[in-house]
Parts: sequence; structure tokens; C-alpha cells
Amino acid sequence: MRAAVLVFPGSNCDRDVAVALRAAGAQVEMVWHKETELPGGTDLVALPGGFSYGDYLRCGAIAAQSPICGAVARHAERGGYALGICNGFQVLTEMRLLPGALMRNAGITFLCRTEVLIVGTAESDFTSGYSAGQEIALPVAHHDGNYAASEAELDRLEGEGRVAFTYAENPNGSARDIAGVLSENRRVLGLMPHPERAVDTAHGGTDGQAVFRSLVGALADA
Amino acid sequence: MKARVTVMLRDGVLDPQGEAVRHALGALGFSGVAGVRQGKVIELDLAEGTTRDEVARMCEALLANTVIERYEIEMA
Repeated sequence: MRAAVLVFPGSNCDRDVAVALRAAGAQVEMVWHKETELPGGTDLVALPGGFSYGDYLRCGAIAAQSPICGAVARHAERGGYALGICNGFQVLTEMRLLPGALMRNAGITFLCRTEVLIVGTAESDFTSGYSAGQEIALPVAHHDGNYAASEAELDRLEGEGRVAFTYAENPNGSARDIAGVLSENRRVLGLMPHPERAVDTAHGGTDGQAVFRSLVGALADA
Repeated sequence: MKARVTVMLRDGVLDPQGEAVRHALGALGFSGVAGVRQGKVIELDLAEGTTRDEVARMCEALLANTVIERYEIEMA
């Protein structure tokens, strides 16, 4: 499986995602935001956490207009896979590849701690390594993780089983406790928690490994 | 010519920053502040002849996220 990890000015989890993907068996290439094409044969694009463009205007808004994101949109249009973590999730919503938006945390403070999540669905190549209803622990580190969407959109996400993860105890005011959502074709996942920060016992937990392993498993022959 | 775009969270969307400002005003002794909404103002210096429609397209494409925000345009 070939993965491209995007690097924006202000990305700070790009290398962590690359390490997690390589540990799961992926071939990884880092791709600078000014590139206009993804490396040939890219199966998965990973949009990392951080503070792309200093969070100017809105988190992820400027990154969503960067040259490389034009290529990401075409990749997704072709049915390619994309994983957006934290700031990457914000970028995917700003690109409208995922519905909704991430607002300032309801409690205003930046949250940096481990949260218990509930797996909403195992029916995706990102979550097939879990079982629906399973509780996992992943770190969160965000100021703007308060998921918002219209009631109709939220009903649709729930009805179509596209809520990938919810918080066991809502830390940020997210609508319906949502921590991560899937696209309609289930090939784009955005989530605020950081699976790449839970892939080694030295991290204090390995509950994030399944995301990368199931992706590599599903896309190994792609 | 110039345009001034005001971007605010949509009505009904909780504004945690506005709420924090409201609490702070109360703590300073300003009573009777029932609500605070915080937004942003973007001033654009534009080529002569730029239309309001073009500014509206800028708002839709980048300046506002209409999932959670609304915008107002003043042309000057």
C-alpha cells in the first residue's frame, strides 16, 4: 500500500503518521503542500494534525485551498482513500469531502488528554480491525474539535452508519458526541483523536494500531 | 474600492468565545450584558468595478464557512 502524507506549513503530526503507517507495512512518501500532483500509485492520502497555515481564517481553511488539495480532491473523486486526523479532519470538512464543521471547543480550553471512544462501525477499511461498540482509548489534542452539522445531516450520518467514532464522555461539545465521520463511499475518514499517537507501547497504548493495520490489509493488493 | 465582510456564527450556534467575553464583562462589574456574539471583520481592497456578486463568491469559497457561519457584505 502506498501512502502519501501531506505536509503543510504548521503540520506537526506528519512524521508521527508516517511512522505509524510504515510500522503497519505501508510505503510512505511525504508530499509538500505546493505539489500539484500526488505520487503515482498513491492509495491513501493522510492529512496530518497540526496548525496548517497557523490556523489563519479558520482551522484548515487555507490548507483546503492549497495546490496539493486540488490533487486530493481528484484522488477522492476517483474513489481514492483519505485519512484526516485532527487538523486533517478540519481540512477535509473545509474541502467539503466530509460534511459538517469543527468549531471551537464548547468549554473554550485546548484539550490535551486521552479520551475513551466508542467505535461506531467496523464497516470501513479504516475501522474493520475493531468491532462496533468496542471501547478504545486515544489521545486528543485540539482547540477546535466541536463537531457541528445540521440536524438533517447528523440524522443521515447516523442512519447510514457513517459515525466512525463517538466520545464516551463528550469533551468538546460535539454534536451527538461525534469524534469521527466517514464519507458516503466510506473511503474518507476524518477524526479528531490521534490514532498515530497510540501505536507503540511507549505511547502508553496501542489502540490506534488497528486503523493503520486494517488500511494496509485492505489496500495491500490494491 | 473597498468591501467590508462581516462573518458571524449562525444564529443558534453556540459561540463559546462570545460566552467567555460575556462572563468576563460580568466579572468586571458590567451588569446587564445578556449576550455576546463574537465574529470577524475582513476588509478587502478591490479593483474598481468589482461587484458585490464577486465578493459573495469569495465569501462562499473561502471567507466564511456557511455550514456554521453567515456573512454580510458592505461595499464602499
